[in-house]
Amino acid sequence: MKRTLLRRFFVFLFFIESSFALAQVDGAQLHPEHEEHNHTDTAIEHDAETTHSDEVVDHSQHGSDEPGAAISTNHEQHGSQPDTGEAEHQHMPEAMDHEAMSGSMMQSEGVGSLRDPHAYSNGFELTSGPYLLESERKISLADAKNFVGLWVDRFEYVESHDFDATEFEGHVWMGDSYNRFLLRGEVEVVNDSVETAEIDLLHTRAISPFWNVQYGLRREFGEKDERNWASIGLSGLAPYWFEVDASLFLGENGNSLFDIEAEYDLLLTQRLVMQPRIDIHSYGKTDKEMGRGSGLSTLKTGFRLRYEFDRQLAPYIGYERVIKYGETADLLPVGEDRTDNHWILGFKFWF
Amino acid sequence: MQYEKSSRFDPALASPLKSRRRFVQGLIGGGVVGAGFASSGWAQDEQLPFGAGRAQVLSGKTFNLVIEEQPANFTGSPRIATMINGSIPAPTLRWKEGDTVTINVTNRLSQPTSIHWHGIILPFEMDGVPGISFPGIAPGQTFQYRFKLQQSGTYWYHSHSAFQEMTGMYGAIVIEPAEGERIQADREHLIMLSEWTDEDPMYVFQKLKTMGHLYNFNQPTLPALLEDISENGLDAAVTRRDMFNVMRMKPTDLADLSADTLTYLINGVTPAGNNTSLFEKGQRVRLRIVNAAGNTFFDLRIPDLPMTVVQVDGMDVEPVTVDEIRMGAGETYDVLVTPDQDAHTIFAETMDRTGYARGTLATQQGLSAPIPPRRQAQWLSMEDMMGTMSHADAPMGSMDHGGDHAEMSMSNSMQVQARHATTEFGPSTDMRVDFPRTNLDDPGVGLRETDRRVLTLSDLRTLGGAIDQREPEREIELHLTGNMERYSWSIDGLEYGKSTPIHFRYGERLRVHLHNDTMMTHPMHLHGMWSDLEDADGNFLARRHTLPVQPAQRVSFSVTADALGRWAWHCHLLLHMDAGMFREVVVV
Repeated sequence: MKRTLLRRFFVFLFFIESSFALAQVDGAQLHPEHEEHNHTDTAIEHDAETTHSDEVVDHSQHGSDEPGAAISTNHEQHGSQPDTGEAEHQHMPEAMDHEAMSGSMMQSEGVGSLRDPHAYSNGFELTSGPYLLESERKISLADAKNFVGLWVDRFEYVESHDFDATEFEGHVWMGDSYNRFLLRGEVEVVNDSVETAEIDLLHTRAISPFWNVQYGLRREFGEKDERNWASIGLSGLAPYWFEVDASLFLGENGNSLFDIEAEYDLLLTQRLVMQPRIDIHSYGKTDKEMGRGSGLSTLKTGFRLRYEFDRQLAPYIGYERVIKYGETADLLPVGEDRTDNHWILGFKFWF
Repeated sequence: MQYEKSSRFDPALASPLKSRRRFVQGLIGGGVVGAGFASSGWAQDEQLPFGAGRAQVLSGKTFNLVIEEQPANFTGSPRIATMINGSIPAPTLRWKEGDTVTINVTNRLSQPTSIHWHGIILPFEMDGVPGISFPGIAPGQTFQYRFKLQQSGTYWYHSHSAFQEMTGMYGAIVIEPAEGERIQADREHLIMLSEWTDEDPMYVFQKLKTMGHLYNFNQPTLPALLEDISENGLDAAVTRRDMFNVMRMKPTDLADLSADTLTYLINGVTPAGNNTSLFEKGQRVRLRIVNAAGNTFFDLRIPDLPMTVVQVDGMDVEPVTVDEIRMGAGETYDVLVTPDQDAHTIFAETMDRTGYARGTLATQQGLSAPIPPRRQAQWLSMEDMMGTMSHADAPMGSMDHGGDHAEMSMSNSMQVQARHATTEFGPSTDMRVDFPRTNLDDPGVGLRETDRRVLTLSDLRTLGGAIDQREPEREIELHLTGNMERYSWSIDGLEYGKSTPIHFRYGERLRVHLHNDTMMTHPMHLHGMWSDLEDADGNFLARRHTLPVQPAQRVSFSVTADALGRWAWHCHLLLHMDAGMFREVVVV
């Protein structure tokens, strides 16, 4: 039963992954055999389809035909533009109107017909064609390099009237601009023993300029019991600079968790930053051993005021309120308050 | 050549809590430390036309250059630099047009190295780009460069391997015209602008991958918003910020690296060290200015002293007199000045306004003139974000173009429309400009509201016009793209590693439109062939090797594909280049 669920989950992940791979409008991948699968995404895809291999051939003439190819009077008159592929114009993206542009400006879906970025190569490649260096590897730039980094978002001492705790949240990452592996940990230590700990192994993959899809496995352990989860989520930067991380976890016991976190950096000066933060947990099922009830379970809101001595090292003080809801509140040990307020002292650092 | 005889090491300076001022200004005696080549000190200035800084001047037809790690200290923290013949800048090479020069470059580093002759027309095997034109120079190896000089003027050379240029490998080249110097001057000086970071450039790069705005300490803050609201009202203040916030862009994203990590140099000397170039009153002085910085645009001026630009990228231009010149990495400018005071400050403020390089033109050593007040960083404008859309739609209220309806409708009908690549719609590209501006008379952000005469691309006229008068047979369009949050830089949304080469047919004349879909200015350098800058109507302006393209701007130029082989074409901001804003060109 557990296994079937997990297997299904991975089939689902694989599906998501392959759709994103195809959705990447990459001329190199636009071979005819892929065409059928290319319908996964928006109008961009339609344009991309029209620009595959046979267009590559015409392109050198395209460029040369007339400067008018790149000039049009106004983009409202697209339909009548006297240029190039008819198909391209039939598929002009819809989000083309002026209103949309003034709203999201540069995020327009493009004007004029789209180009194949490989059209100018005339079939030559970086590793084939004339004047290639013999037996020497090609120049390799940092775009082909993988980096490794450590990011510690919170390393803090928490003081409330019930308990004193040390909390840690951070990850080690390895990868490039678009694909990274993360080993993430979130640990709460109370009275020298690990109260709760989560270890995630994640793969993140860019799906748009500001958003990544992330999926992986989580092992949860601590005072109460152990749980294993598989996760899929989105993380990224929303308009107006909100840092958002939303993930759905499916547990081996059939439970599910939806966890959404958002934070915002408000610059009081170039180095003094106020960061409000919100974190909501909601479970699909009740799990008494872990003290979790189904439905909205925990709401954390708070702020951290940090001073960036360096962008890489910033101590902070903060205040946080944790509220337990519904059945989760009912499951609290006798005498424990459903609302807990605490002060925080910690620092953020990364390498 | 000037060396510190003793290391003059002051333990106080090595403290991590060194004062901010010292960091910006650099050490007075900062620079190259260590034993080395024959040094004649400042007095050299009296003996040779060159040598204001620390670089030796080498002339002749055969040259031996040795690349070695050497200690350097610009900020109070000793570091290891990669140097050519033990100096920063490297020796100035004086060549003569028509000569065949031989340069033996010996690598005494532990990694491969290379030297690229920036702007020099030569066979591609001699161009010095490892992995494209030659295998690179392995440790312990000597590579012999040999090529015939077909041009004259001011150029420069630098490593094309990893970030070695940022750690000291750059020097000037001066090629005397075969028929003798056309530009009459009583004296000439090299002004080589550059920068130094105490950090490992690759680590700097990695940090930017983690946090794109790491070095920007000029970001919008809450108090600034409140002040703006009280001065201009809520609407105006919010409107001004709205577009940037929606697009997740910083309006002060003017440079990736700032004075937070960089110390800016003239001829290898910090602002505090005050590199001094001598003249005698009444003399006409030629300054050969090279921007050899890895990542910095400089706005150079000499307060109260107009500069007559006579040469750009080594090519003679119709003289044009200006007060200020914005210089991208890789560009060179020759100017004539006739100083009338005992001392004039050469002031090269960075485009992001966080720091400056400074030197002095003086009648004797030890003199100095006031350092001009620093300017505030300006926000990028609507034009920088939207190109000509800012005229047509003006959704945020047209600021400087309001009221001029005739002109508006005119420019509207002539609007150039971008043709994006299919690959610009993925994670690599955080903005796209649909209607680029083609206004080459724009001095660029931070220089627009000034009474000074600022040189612009439209002021340039190479003497003699285009060599190749043919109309281009075809046109290609390339888009400069990036994503500041991910710190990725590319062309048409594809980094070099994912790209295919651009094919120029041997002998053809073609037109290139470089369209900037980012918020930063990119100095684009095509190796091996000249870029003939044109105005929006296709009229020839100037022959260049490095062309700055402003945000949301389209710059067009023609190329005669007369150089067989594989060539590099890239943004000369080294971090952008290494991030992948780089293409290979195959001429066949």
